[in-house]
Amino acid sequence: MNRRAPDDLAAYEQRIASLEAKLRELEANLSVRAATARRFDLKNIAEEYGLLGAWALLVLGFGLFAPTMLTWPPYAAMFGLNAIIVVLTLALIVPLTAGDFDLSVASTLTLSAMLVAILNVKAGLPIAAAVLIALGVGALVGAINAFFILYFRIHSLIVTLGVGYFLNGVVLWVSNSAVVFGVSLTPLIKLVFSTKLLGVALQFWYALILTIVLWYVFEYTAAGRRLLFVGRGREVARLSGVKVERVRAISLIVSGLIAAFAGVLYTGMRGSADPSSGLSFLLPAFAAAFLGSTAISPGRFNAWGAFVAVYFLSTGILGLNFLGADSFVQNLFYGGGLVIAVAISQLVRKRQAMD
Amino acid sequence: MSESPALALVVERLSKRFGGALALHNVDFAVRRGEVHGLLGSNGSGKSTLIKILAGFHTPEPGGRISVFGRELALPVHAENAKAMGLAFVHQNLALIPSLSLTENFRLTRFATEPNWRISWRREHEAVAQALRRYNLDLDPRAPVSSLSAAEQALFAIVRAVEDLAGADSARGKLLILDEPTPFLPAVGVEQLFQLVRAIVAEGASVVFVSHDIDEVMEITDRATILRDGALVDVLETKRATASEFVERIVGRAVKPFHVHRLASGRPQPAARVEGALAARLGPVSLEVGKGEILGLTGLIGSGFDRLCAALYGAERASAGRLIVDQTDAFDLAALDPPAVLAAGVVYLPADRLRAAGVGALPVADNVLLPVLGAMRRGLGLDKARMARTAHELGAAYDVKPNAPSLPLAALSGGNQQKALIGKWLQTKPKLILLDEPTQGVDVGARQQVFAALDAASLAGAGVVVASTDFEQLAQICHRVLVFARGQIVAELTGAQVAKETIAECCYHSMTRIA
Repeated sequence: MNRRAPDDLAAYEQRIASLEAKLRELEANLSVRAATARRFDLKNIAEEYGLLGAWALLVLGFGLFAPTMLTWPPYAAMFGLNAIIVVLTLALIVPLTAGDFDLSVASTLTLSAMLVAILNVKAGLPIAAAVLIALGVGALVGAINAFFILYFRIHSLIVTLGVGYFLNGVVLWVSNSAVVFGVSLTPLIKLVFSTKLLGVALQFWYALILTIVLWYVFEYTAAGRRLLFVGRGREVARLSGVKVERVRAISLIVSGLIAAFAGVLYTGMRGSADPSSGLSFLLPAFAAAFLGSTAISPGRFNAWGAFVAVYFLSTGILGLNFLGADSFVQNLFYGGGLVIAVAISQLVRKRQAMD
Repeated sequence: MSESPALALVVERLSKRFGGALALHNVDFAVRRGEVHGLLGSNGSGKSTLIKILAGFHTPEPGGRISVFGRELALPVHAENAKAMGLAFVHQNLALIPSLSLTENFRLTRFATEPNWRISWRREHEAVAQALRRYNLDLDPRAPVSSLSAAEQALFAIVRAVEDLAGADSARGKLLILDEPTPFLPAVGVEQLFQLVRAIVAEGASVVFVSHDIDEVMEITDRATILRDGALVDVLETKRATASEFVERIVGRAVKPFHVHRLASGRPQPAARVEGALAARLGPVSLEVGKGEILGLTGLIGSGFDRLCAALYGAERASAGRLIVDQTDAFDLAALDPPAVLAAGVVYLPADRLRAAGVGALPVADNVLLPVLGAMRRGLGLDKARMARTAHELGAAYDVKPNAPSLPLAALSGGNQQKALIGKWLQTKPKLILLDEPTQGVDVGARQQVFAALDAASLAGAGVVVASTDFEQLAQICHRVLVFARGQIVAELTGAQVAKETIAECCYHSMTRIA
């Protein structure tokens, strides 16, 4: 037998080992590249910023026909007026992320708006107290929703539809179906509407701050992570130790609270409260929530997406109004927007692997 | 093969591919007229694939042939064609609607597919009662199916399947295929079912009896076909074959073994104790798992072994029992919530990977860090840099490929998903690890890594409980195996008994042990 054979064998083994090491290194590189490649994928960028781009195109397009659409004042007014829809949309996306619908947000808004006016004007409470009570009632509505949804295991759609309708009745009852005037004498209107920053009413800046807060909570906190898992995989979340029922209850209470805040802004903006006009915000908020879930963080309900979506939709309406369209375009735009947004979000989800 | 009229069903060269895997490979299968023919095999042997092709759920690969009573059956099978040629199926879930009456269930297909101006309920009830009586079933056709016992429901479903063929053009013969009808039945029910099968055969029909249980097959069948890994192994004359010949053919030969650490001599400290665990189709069961021990739970479908892990974690509510972790923390199983046991160091990895264990659409990092989010806090928010680092280290430690924590979980292969999800739990340094079918849909290479991870965790002092029907896997990694039948532990295997053949033997004979 050849005496050198063991040496050769050792040399071979060494070579194989070094080749294997190289292979592992290559594999590691490849996997990292596969992961990072996603970030610079053109398709993803298009998805994330598509809505912003569409908004810009919309502005330019309208600008061609109505040059005032290229100036600041109409936007300053629109930003302020639609801040309430932004806040209401933010109220919606919290339970939506956890997998629950809240159809009662617009009713909570109306109730809160009415409570502020009645408590202040008719009951003579200081405006700060009236606002605090209204916010507390909003949270209470969320708690009632949560109780029926979680304790009796009824679908959120049914519970919040019923509770919302019930609240409409309460509003008509306490207001005698009449508009309540007189809040304009309070500092509330100054804090919400009449003070401008960069030409835009303060309520817009409140909506902006709330957007930033929710974006931070969704993206950078443990609570946001848990909320997301509860919505996407309730069983996974439960088996991973997340207290699913508590997360869902809190998300509904937060939804009620934010909706009540929108109601406070609504009364502050108008100086009065009426028992029905707030209800028309429900559909725009849903349209914006779903349209927003196709942008910024595609496939997820997200605060910035909601923010952009509200102003995209209202820019469209503003432009059509400038071009002389009737007020029915609002319905066309929001109703059509909702269905198209959901259709797009379905496509986005399919692209994002499976759910 | 000639189309002799003595054959009820002839299957030739049937193959089926799922993705890269051959689930069925050139299988031949023949059933004689008037016989009860067993179809046997372990999980993944291809027997359910074969049945599903016959029933029209799967399209077979081109090249195969099926004929029924001498007539060619067009492939892929259309359910109506199969029925017209005399094929009837009873699947394990029975396809009954519990809230509807026996008559409504009995006539389900007819009411659903044929135009009816007016249903004469009196006449229908009478006809159904008559049909049931012919098979010695005295049931009220007006009662809802939910009022029947599990055994009666199975018998009812079988009679319905046979009677459904009466109207069809099946004068040439009837072939009834029973797809694992027995696992959920009590022993008495199994006996009644066998009587019914004999009665049906006496009327001239043929029966295919699909089962896991060798004892049942030996009692009721004339011949039996055995499949393994998608291929035909053998056809045995039941009267001439012994049980061990069946076991041998079902189990096959071992492949590369994995060696777990040896348990120190003497009884280990208990990692957890279970007292009187009682849940649907399970228990009461008491057992103990030691620190550093890997305990296997197994049995046939319906034996209840697969429900214990979920019950011990609160994933499914048990009705009674206690779990004592580390001799100190005691939990009432009837009021158990995952967060509570989790805090005591118990973790659970369910079998359903993308429905219960992880969210496919969310990134790997989010999935694996979910249980440790509390530790990732910094100020008001989360320490994102630390999260990315932790996820990457975890992926490297458990050899997840590609180790890219920002990819959605669903983008990984089954084996790599499982490695990541095992890492998700092992990073919490658990005291008791519960796993359901941890290697289902996991390729051979990843399987060894899963074993190694479990071995390391148990070596570090954790108790590990693995519920599985993969006897080979149990034999490789378990120090001790408990065999379940009808909700009870019927055998405890230790030391040299923890071998594939012995486990299989215990499982397949579990019926006689209980009776």
